Amino acid sequence: MTSPTTPRYGLGLRKPHYADFLETTVPVDFVEVISENFMVAGGRPREVLRRVRERHPVALHGVSMSLGGVDGLDPQYLQRLRQLVDEIQPLFVSDHLCWTRTGGFSAHDLLPLPFSDEALEIVSRNVLMAQEALGRTLLVENPSSYLTFAESVMSEWEFLDTLCARTGCGLLLDVNNIFVSASNNGFDPHDYLAGVPPARVRQIHLAGHSQGHERLIDTHDHPVSAPVWALYERAIRRLGPVPTMIERDDHIPPLGELLAELDLARKIAAGVKQAAA
Amino acid sequence: MSLRAIQRNFRDWLTQESAAAAAALGDAAAPGLAVHLNTYRGQLMACLTEAYGVVHAWLGDEAFAAAAATHIDRVPPCSWTLDDYAQDFPDTLCTLYAADPEVAELACLEQALAKAFIGPDCDAVDPATLADIDWDRAVLKLVPTFMLLPATTNAAAIWSALAGEPGAAAGDSAPPQAQLLPAPAQLAVWRVGFTPRFRTLEAAEAEALALMAGGRNFGDLCALLAAREGDAAGAALAGGWLGQWLQDGVIAAVHKDRRG
Repeated sequence: MTSPTTPRYGLGLRKPHYADFLETTVPVDFVEVISENFMVAGGRPREVLRRVRERHPVALHGVSMSLGGVDGLDPQYLQRLRQLVDEIQPLFVSDHLCWTRTGGFSAHDLLPLPFSDEALEIVSRNVLMAQEALGRTLLVENPSSYLTFAESVMSEWEFLDTLCARTGCGLLLDVNNIFVSASNNGFDPHDYLAGVPPARVRQIHLAGHSQGHERLIDTHDHPVSAPVWALYERAIRRLGPVPTMIERDDHIPPLGELLAELDLARKIAAGVKQAAA
Repeated sequence: MSLRAIQRNFRDWLTQESAAAAAALGDAAAPGLAVHLNTYRGQLMACLTEAYGVVHAWLGDEAFAAAAATHIDRVPPCSWTLDDYAQDFPDTLCTLYAADPEVAELACLEQALAKAFIGPDCDAVDPATLADIDWDRAVLKLVPTFMLLPATTNAAAIWSALAGEPGAAAGDSAPPQAQLLPAPAQLAVWRVGFTPRFRTLEAAEAEALALMAGGRNFGDLCALLAAREGDAAGAALAGGWLGQWLQDGVIAAVHKDRRG
């Protein structure tokens, strides 16, 4: 649940903008970093994060926890992440509903899961293990999906709803990913929004995507698209004022452009609030 | 299909482009599998390209891309961090460029500098605090980022020409022709503040630093050098090296040797 003091609008902290964040006052309420980029022993990356943390709350967003891995979680990974959590005292800690590792292989891609009872059991066990190791609630993000499995017996939102109920985890709802997955896999994104448990959604991601050969691709290399903004408005209407941030990982523009894009999120949320008043 | 079997099929698709594994995941999965294969290989290619900018500049676009593709085919990633994936690339280059040893040595240097960049923080000892040291019983603790690399070629000179000094802007001078060093040497790599550094060492100095890194005391080194070079020359050599190491910032602390 969002309190009046919860930071509301943030950006992903990326290298081209380090100087902006270290040397100027950037009008954001929080920043988000990719956890793994800072799970290092020392040096400049940790120093940059420490200094940014002096100015802004920081959310830690992971890509390698492998919550859907059948072999369980990597204790060394969790230990490194815990060290970072203890130092940074992050606003949120999140990772994806996916798997990245199996049998000594690490894909460095967010690979899809079937929405089966078996997968639900494995992901639940891993989420509980992560929350125990980190000493805090984990937020689980819906990834973009490019295929479906015959083994699925429920929708992604039903899977997430049950996962939250079983583990107490929160959700990081990526509105762009809902749009991309809906387009690729043929479901109604509004059904998705209607199906997630509102009280569990602690953070929202927005990003751009690209048209691939036969699929929309979650590339984070474009501004947020108009249909995704429209879906965001629907999300805010249903979920309330959830902390929202924009991700850009390729073709990264000057910071001012991203701040202007973030202002669109502010305007949409203000419009929803005004309409509800 | 069990989740384990699904994940095994996915792994075989990504690492071997196994048609059987793809078929097991269903015909409808084909477009999505193509997306994941593209992402997987693209991610690893980007990792190697970012980690080995100097090797890339030395080999050129086409040769670098071919070497990286060979590495991706040969070595699937096994660690949660992409930093680790880059570590094995010098082995692939060593195989591909057996007749051009500067390529693998350039990669080893680039990798070592990257490792030092994110290594543990540690200040070098301030020489002004070392007034009352009994050097015969002194044990030098080196900074944790310190490492030694074998060098048989002028890879260090090539690196400096292509990249400039560590931490500085890319160099703009033409790199020298690759050549073998007159005698095998070693490269010392470490970090000062946030900036990785390296220096080429002759074999004797590298041996001395290895002794220090192994916990031998400075008196042992002086005795070794005195036996080889004579008392005066040995002492002068040891003193000169110690001054250089302090100036370089490779010594983190000086402790008294408490062994009998």
